[in-house]
Amino acid sequence: MMDQPSAVEIVTAVKEFIEKHAMPQLTGHTAFHARVAANALAVVVRELEHGPMAARDEEGRLRHLLKLDGSLDGLNRELCRRLRENEIPLDNPALIEHLRLTTLAKVAIDQPTYSGYVNSPHKR
Amino acid sequence: MAATNLNLEIVDVRGKASQSVNMSASSHDIALPLEQAMRRALPSVVSIADLKRLSGGASQETWSFDGVTSSGRLPLVLRRAPGGTALKRTTTGASLATEADIIRLALKAGVPVPEVPYVLQDSDNLGPGYIMARIEGETIARKILRDDLFAGARPVLAHQCGVILASIHNISLKNLPQLSVLTPKDHLAQYRDVYASYDYPHPVFDTAFKWLEQRLPTTESLSLVHGDFRNGNLMIGSNGVRAVLDWELTHIGDPAEDLGWLCVNSWRFGETNKVVGGFGDVNQLLDGYQSAGGKGMTAERVKFWEIFGTLKWGIMCMTMYQAFTQGSDRTVERAAIGRRSSETEIDLINLLFPPK
Repeated sequence: MMDQPSAVEIVTAVKEFIEKHAMPQLTGHTAFHARVAANALAVVVRELEHGPMAARDEEGRLRHLLKLDGSLDGLNRELCRRLRENEIPLDNPALIEHLRLTTLAKVAIDQPTYSGYVNSPHKR
Repeated sequence: MAATNLNLEIVDVRGKASQSVNMSASSHDIALPLEQAMRRALPSVVSIADLKRLSGGASQETWSFDGVTSSGRLPLVLRRAPGGTALKRTTTGASLATEADIIRLALKAGVPVPEVPYVLQDSDNLGPGYIMARIEGETIARKILRDDLFAGARPVLAHQCGVILASIHNISLKNLPQLSVLTPKDHLAQYRDVYASYDYPHPVFDTAFKWLEQRLPTTESLSLVHGDFRNGNLMIGSNGVRAVLDWELTHIGDPAEDLGWLCVNSWRFGETNKVVGGFGDVNQLLDGYQSAGGKGMTAERVKFWEIFGTLKWGIMCMTMYQAFTQGSDRTVERAAIGRRSSETEIDLINLLFPPK
């Protein structure tokens, strides 16, 4: 077990340093890149907080859908292979539900303000 | 930000054969050869002034300058290969000389494009490129979609885009220089190869590939297509479209490709409900298209290419991440764009599986 602060606390502190202390002293392109850097750290914080649960859920759905054990990477590769080789029809309800839930969880970490996510009819 | 940095990666969507080369010239390097070239090409020009590099268009260098004549100044733009060196092209990108030819043909066909008074020659020592008229207007989508200045333009833009696209698609194939021919099937295969080369699983992308493969258009009538007709490449004034820019992806293909690409949610910049570029709806686009002699276009054909375009943009995000991971562009911006693939995944889910 690692000591305190947690990874989330450290990354949040760095993000706040960039936003509150570094950015006001920067201009032009460097200021823009600092904004991008702070946003990237926000992705890291959301992934640290929600990534493990999202990965567990995704893996559980994949095992159920594919009737197979394996790593998350291996299961995803197998799903892609079956899709390519017509071994799973696109109207399979369990497939659609898996893709829907997995994508919602991914975007919630990557880009929670993206219009396609905010307005998605699948988000309920 | 993504839109302005997009072009390099589209030109070489594999992101491997040609890396982003850091050879950007300073105005000091090109001022003299440019002035000499302009004096030879346009006898009324005695000198050049106000030469400055324009931002945007990462794949090509663009420079703004004035040609000074005895009676005034000609507002001009130089567009040339980065550092004056032609990149090796492995995909559909047209050469700069071909691009210039197409722009001239488009102008004759009534498409709003800048005049191209001169195409660079080897003896100009500036590399491949051309000179075009500098047209004033706005290309930044967020301003076009929100600023009061464009309040009068927004309601007419979708119709105008339809008219312009019909004019491009009706240009006779007989008059064209050598261009890549991409049938829908070849086009899909090209992106499938790029995606496969990255060897990273995206089940949503495989689902979309399969969905598109099952619905490939069988259209026989291919036409000239712009290839990157979207917000960012359209110069807009208070009355609407002033110029269609960035013709480097022009090719022969399914004309519906251009209409569908314009509808991709990423180019709506948050105005999700206005399907066409965040400013209009598909019926306005189709009405404009038909009114200018565009034939056989349907909302279904546009939808196919909107879905294809969404998938394409998702793969382009993967391509831009390649530039980061392979070391040619180690900026945080380039790294972070890989995490925008999932934006296209939610768009694809919304498009492929609309809730009943």
